[in-house]
Amino acid sequence: MEIDELYQTIILDHSKRPRNFGELPPPATKGEGYNPSCGDEVVVFISQSPQGTIEQVRFTGQACAICTASTSLMTTQVKGKTVAEALGLKRTFIDFLTQDAVPTTGLGNLQALAGVKKFPQRLKCATLGWHALEGALKSNVG
Amino acid sequence: MVVNSLAERYRADFPILDQKVNGFPLVYLDNAASTQHPNCVIDEIARYYREDHANVHRGIHALSSRSTKLYEDARARAARFLGAASAESIIFTRGTTEGINLVATSWGTAHLGPGDVILITEMEHHANLIPWQIAARRTGASLHYLAVHGDEGTIDWSDLERLLSQNRVRLLAFTHISNSLGCINPVQAICATARRHGVTTLVDAAQSAGHAPINVQELDCDFLVFSGHKCCGPTGIGILYGNPAVLDDMQPYQFGGEMISRVTYESADWKPGPHRFEAGTPHIAGAIGLNVAMDYLETIGRPAIQANDHHLGEVAYERLSCLPGIRILGPRRERAGLISFQLGATHAHDLVAYADQFGIALRGGHHCNQPLMRKLGLQATARASFYFYNTESEIDRLVEVLEAAIKYFGA
Repeated sequence: MEIDELYQTIILDHSKRPRNFGELPPPATKGEGYNPSCGDEVVVFISQSPQGTIEQVRFTGQACAICTASTSLMTTQVKGKTVAEALGLKRTFIDFLTQDAVPTTGLGNLQALAGVKKFPQRLKCATLGWHALEGALKSNVG
Repeated sequence: MVVNSLAERYRADFPILDQKVNGFPLVYLDNAASTQHPNCVIDEIARYYREDHANVHRGIHALSSRSTKLYEDARARAARFLGAASAESIIFTRGTTEGINLVATSWGTAHLGPGDVILITEMEHHANLIPWQIAARRTGASLHYLAVHGDEGTIDWSDLERLLSQNRVRLLAFTHISNSLGCINPVQAICATARRHGVTTLVDAAQSAGHAPINVQELDCDFLVFSGHKCCGPTGIGILYGNPAVLDDMQPYQFGGEMISRVTYESADWKPGPHRFEAGTPHIAGAIGLNVAMDYLETIGRPAIQANDHHLGEVAYERLSCLPGIRILGPRRERAGLISFQLGATHAHDLVAYADQFGIALRGGHHCNQPLMRKLGLQATARASFYFYNTESEIDRLVEVLEAAIKYFGA
């Protein structure tokens, strides 16, 4: 069924058992994502190493399976990356969900969200955590 | 039994319902967002465009006079539909939202000031909340809320008397039927209390005008608003009823053609009656379609629709309450034909997406009730809302699919 393309096993797994769930205390920075159509909110916390790589990433919030799984998968992918690399991955991921035949280099498990292409009304759900990540990366305050 | 016989008798009038979605027969349960259209409404709109269309109130020619007559017939029909004494009390709007904005702007600006209180309830749709926030900010009045208690959505209306006597309340605006809780507010008693205190009232009848008999003279409200598309009519057309005593001294809301009498380069005078609130070319076909929709509903009979709603609402409550982990909003009895719920830890959007795969159209979200949802500790609920063309077997189908969803998402 089409619905199984949206809710792949790995999505359901990450939505029920989100990885890196929780907060980080300051000086970690945080960014928020809000979806006005459903009221979903996610907050992403980032701590950076002196070298400017993402040392720790965590998130909190209540959201749908797609949003929770996408954010959880995101946290597993960006750890150790530089700010520029993480933002680049965000762009690659969003292109992957919105365009046809784009390179999937570096997406790894994030490709499990491919089903969102057939459900464009869920695009916001799949990208909310990434917008929060960008907010956290660009924020100077915890 | 009234029940099911309405669907048996009238469902075939709605061509859109006879289709498959994702391989399953469509089960349309999003009527609180928008209802579907019977053939007679669709046909009349097409006929109007084929045969009668021209601008209203302007031309001397035949088409314009036909068009004007149809438009004004719709106004008279709306007056009868609401039990208003005169068509002069009926203003065409784009819908409930515009009707409330019109009142908040035109009436609010003239009658509200510092120290005044606008009283609404915590269960209002954003359309009956934000215009008052803005009116309060603009005039210096303050906005107070009647509290909603618990998942049942109870409001202690007995407290109204005290609130009205202790505060300088100028306006009481409230919903007849809550779009998220499905509870029905006692409009007549509320308006009577407000009247005793000289408080102006606005009734949001978006969820009730097509579902229950309405008589504005019996209710004794000052304003009542509804949308055409929630009662078998087109989108983009709605009705604002205004009590003549209140309407007469109200200033226009928008300005331009259609609403003026004499214009110079320096100034302008307004037309009398409802026309001064209808600047620009109106949604003529919308009004004409709504006229037919109101006729259609009166043929069925709103008391019968109301009884059917109550029945479907209670049946849905009973059957859904058997699902493990379900949390249902609104009262168990005496409820409208809509039910919103949370199912375990499964998010409303996931439920709605899942149900859609089986042809069931639900609504998921905050239903334009963000503050209420927050107060109840909810982010979003799924909502099934019924109309007279829905059947009990569609509720059974919903329950079946929700049971499968529980397994799927492992709630």
